[in-house]
Amino acid sequence: MVIPAPSARRPIVVTTVVLAVLVALLALGSLGTGPVKLSPVTVLDALFGGGSDVQQTIVREIRLPRAILGLAIGAILGLSGAALQGLLRNPLASPSLFGAPQSAAFGAVLMIALGWADVRSWALPVAGITMAFVSVFVLLSIAGRSAGLLLLILAGLAISSLAGAATALVMNLSANPFAALEIAFWLLGSLEDRSFRHVQLALPFIIAGAILLMTRRSAFRALSLGEETAQSLGVDVGRLRLLVIVGVALGVGGAVAVTGTIGFIGLIAPHLMRPLIGHDPGRLLVPSALTGAALLLAADIAVRLIPSTTDIKVGVLTSIIGVPFFLYLIVRERRALGGGIA
Amino acid sequence: MSDFALLTAANLGVTLAGRAVLHDVSLSLQPKHLVALVGPNGAGKTTLLRALAGLQASTGTIQVGGEALSALSLRERAKRFGYLPQGHVVHWPLDVKDVVALGRYPHGGTDPARLSATDEAAVQRAMQATEVMPFAARRVTELSGGERSRVALARVLAVEAPIVLADEPTASLDPRYQLDVMKNLRKVADDGVLVIVVTHDLGLAARFADTVLVMSDGRLVAHGAPSKALSDTIMADVFRISAYRADYRSETVILPWSGI
Repeated sequence: MVIPAPSARRPIVVTTVVLAVLVALLALGSLGTGPVKLSPVTVLDALFGGGSDVQQTIVREIRLPRAILGLAIGAILGLSGAALQGLLRNPLASPSLFGAPQSAAFGAVLMIALGWADVRSWALPVAGITMAFVSVFVLLSIAGRSAGLLLLILAGLAISSLAGAATALVMNLSANPFAALEIAFWLLGSLEDRSFRHVQLALPFIIAGAILLMTRRSAFRALSLGEETAQSLGVDVGRLRLLVIVGVALGVGGAVAVTGTIGFIGLIAPHLMRPLIGHDPGRLLVPSALTGAALLLAADIAVRLIPSTTDIKVGVLTSIIGVPFFLYLIVRERRALGGGIA
Repeated sequence: MSDFALLTAANLGVTLAGRAVLHDVSLSLQPKHLVALVGPNGAGKTTLLRALAGLQASTGTIQVGGEALSALSLRERAKRFGYLPQGHVVHWPLDVKDVVALGRYPHGGTDPARLSATDEAAVQRAMQATEVMPFAARRVTELSGGERSRVALARVLAVEAPIVLADEPTASLDPRYQLDVMKNLRKVADDGVLVIVVTHDLGLAARFADTVLVMSDGRLVAHGAPSKALSDTIMADVFRISAYRADYRSETVILPWSGI
């Protein structure tokens, strides 16, 4: 008897290509959206040195860093979410539910408040990455090997609350009320007015984190059978955990340091992909990254299009969409959650 | 029958949280044997199985095919042991064939969608041996408990390791599937593999195993052919039961009868 070739292959390739095209279109849209509306043709023209000087400046210097950051940060958030869900075999795992962005933000805010760094220095991503690492490390240590749903969510809640409280304390003690206000706005998460300096600060860490997570993809697949079986198949589970924590911390910490906290993309992206390409955690990584990029680019375009007197921050928008989605997931996972910690 | 020792352990010890879970266990096992590892709850059966596979740190020495286990990399160990844990959980609704293909992981076949010809052939052999072919394209989560246990076994067989370690593969299966699993493992052993099965079913152990290892309080207390290892003394001292014994169609029947 012959088994038909796994039909799962084609949808993945098709889905990936469609997503890549969507991301490219959204990036073009991001370059064209703003106080001065530009058509995709004008954008492409300006991007490659055509058009007027003004158009070139708008596209290449003002909007391009924003689009690059939106793409890269959305992608690393989607990838981190998929990687954490793969590591923990748990559909509710994500950086923001684990308090990683909040902790990274605390690290960055502390640097600013202590006057050790301005918003354009390397100290910010380094502090953000360190705190993100500490938070995920502590969380996974608390959760231990069993990593039950309820335990992870409670520990994540505790860690993000602690990070939030610590950030509030820093702002509270801040001598300069304007600095506190500035921090508060920065915390909301935004891609506005970012320059190539910000891209330089974040991108190396994001790329390093992405490579680290991507190279683990087959180990996530083996982990579907549980840690012990994965170990028996030759996966060094302890090392894998550490590498995933480092990868997520590099990506999320680097991202938060230049944009503030942007939540829930890592939670949503893998869920959107599962109905299309199945549950294999290894195959989910690339599509989840692309979905994350598409989500953040779309959200960042939306905040520029929604008419309002003050700017809506993109981090606020992703949370407004993300939290109801999280509630929906809780309802769906109700049985597993009600089943207790084991 | 070969008397070449494939797996030997000398003075094996494991201490967990200050308690000696495994104490001074020595054994020497040959290929082409089905070995049943029995003992009351908490006797250290699973711990011994995990220690033998190198999944649990232990004192003492373990040798696989003449090589020290401690000198082997994780991947080399994985090629030598097919390990079937208790409960055989699959955390995501993966396709059956993808689960079986994970058995090729130690050999470098890490992507079920891109298996080499060798890996593909091993996966097909394992699926044929366990009769999971009819539902190879379905998701494991849609299968019955019995079907799922066959998939788990297929995954272990796909490793094509010289040693198979199975932790209670018959637990929570109906009698028919229990027999199926044991027959499968018997066939695997007859094909040249050393199979070690942890079980609470002394009847299945007596009927299918060449050798029975009896554990009690972290020690190996009996080791030999089923009727010898499951003697009345062992039944009384270790399991605190008496057993009914008979021969049926020239096979040993041992049935736990009453508590002592």
